[in-house]
Amino acid sequence: MSIESVGIRRRYVDRFMRWTFTAMASVTILIVLAIFLFLFKESLIFLREEGIMPLLSTRWSPTSVQEPGFGVLPLVTGSILVTLLAGVVAVPLGIAGAVYIAEVARPLEREILKPFIELLAGIPSVVLGFFGLVVVVPAVKAAFGLSSGMNALSGAAVLGLMAIPTIISVSEDALRAVPASYRNASLALGASHQQTVWRVLVPAAIPGITAAVMLGFGRIVGETMAVMMVTGNAAKMTFVPTDSVRTMTATIAAEMGEVAQGSVHYSALFCVGVLLFFATFLLNLLALNVFKRYGGRA
Amino acid sequence: MKKLTPWWKSAAACLFAAAAILTASCSRPASQSGDSMSVMIKGSDTMVHLVNAWAEAYMTAHPEASISVTGGGSGTGIAALINGTTDICMASRDMKTEEFDLAAKQGVEVIEHSVALDGLAMVVNPANPVENVTLEQLGSIFTGEYTDWQDLGLPAEKIVLLSRESSSGTFVFFREHVLHDKDYSNDALFLPATSTIVQQVAEDKGAIGYVGLGYAESAGDKLKVVPVKKDADSPAMLPNSETVKSGEYSIARPLHLYVQKSAPALAEEFVAYCLSPEGQAIATEAGYVRVD
Repeated sequence: MSIESVGIRRRYVDRFMRWTFTAMASVTILIVLAIFLFLFKESLIFLREEGIMPLLSTRWSPTSVQEPGFGVLPLVTGSILVTLLAGVVAVPLGIAGAVYIAEVARPLEREILKPFIELLAGIPSVVLGFFGLVVVVPAVKAAFGLSSGMNALSGAAVLGLMAIPTIISVSEDALRAVPASYRNASLALGASHQQTVWRVLVPAAIPGITAAVMLGFGRIVGETMAVMMVTGNAAKMTFVPTDSVRTMTATIAAEMGEVAQGSVHYSALFCVGVLLFFATFLLNLLALNVFKRYGGRA
Repeated sequence: MKKLTPWWKSAAACLFAAAAILTASCSRPASQSGDSMSVMIKGSDTMVHLVNAWAEAYMTAHPEASISVTGGGSGTGIAALINGTTDICMASRDMKTEEFDLAAKQGVEVIEHSVALDGLAMVVNPANPVENVTLEQLGSIFTGEYTDWQDLGLPAEKIVLLSRESSSGTFVFFREHVLHDKDYSNDALFLPATSTIVQQVAEDKGAIGYVGLGYAESAGDKLKVVPVKKDADSPAMLPNSETVKSGEYSIARPLHLYVQKSAPALAEEFVAYCLSPEGQAIATEAGYVRVD
């Protein structure tokens, strides 16, 4: 085989590989686009037949015999309430956990803790939901003296549990990626270890920590099974943590199976889907903005 | 060059074969299966216990047959029947006229079989002192008119309403026969499974919910089944196979199997087995009420 023919072969292989990768990347983008278009197309049925006003009411009762209600507001407030509460649980715990593992724990502790926490992230949500139903719901009921423990707070606790591993794991990576010179400089200037951690390392790792929090929130907003099992699913407009709520995801999951394709109810569920899509889209946009502002490299 | 197959090639081949088998088995439309010895049954969660018991007994007697049973709710099963993704649908409520029309439009012909009866037991926490309720009171409770057990003359305790999700046939049946098509209260909790209702009733002192007779019986002491009066002057009745069958217990309903006409012959044979004395005996054993 001459050197020349090897060169030609290499060139063909190169070209072939480039085409392959371009095709693969395009397919991914096309699939996302197709999903996007499909969502909108299916939700249009509702907008065409009923307009947008019914969606803005506060009553979600799509199968009612009296008068079907398609107000998504209770579902939106339900999702927001659960998400915010879960954030209150998960963000401080997650960041504190990450700081502990990155800065306080001894190497051996870290070797054990890190994989263990990552393992936690892999627990299927239905298992966590079951745990929530049997452990968290009765605990919340007892702690607040309620008549039922199925409420937004229980949902938030379970979802918080779910988001914590993601937040810890990604924040910890971000903290460890802060250049050693930052720490050395801070310590050399006479700052204590605590001061160094909270005033130098954490601020320097903010882009990564933000990404971690956003990933955590992404998991919380999109979570379905666990939340459906513990929140009670009453479509009531409320901001009281001890009230039962119905989230957007749980609504889609619970009702999608029974609707006739192309019906108004079916399309209304797609409208909810579009809303969810925008919610996660906004979250991502927000995360990107924080990245840019703090000069992070994604 | 060595002629050894690199490991990744064989791995890829395995993966490909697995994927091919998976797609082949998933994309097979249930109704048009060339395989006449397998049927799919989908629908009511209330009936899953029962139909599973039948399917197991049937497959033991006919090892060549393969019957798969999945739940999801009557609404889900009926939608699947209309969309042609299941051969038989289990439903704990009657199929509506619109649903029959929709099926006809899709070219799906449906045959109805009532295979068993089921009583809907009203269950409360064992600590609840309630002795009986009338149908009217139940209606007032579930529409949210009554919010406290005090409204029924009992010690004050907030009522916690537990209902199934709207995909459940039990949800629809209860709304039709007890709420007279009024909406459930805004405060009602909608739970994804009957077992969750059992769990919560056992947990919450003020809770009330409805579950199939079989579930109530297997839950034992964890729940208290409340006798129901048709109206204020009628005797209070507990649900059991006699009172359900005689119609003395007022919240009872037939359970159906809806068979798609173009389904494999096995489907009709299976239904015939369910209706046979042997099949009906299995129904009784599983806590349901026989139709014959």
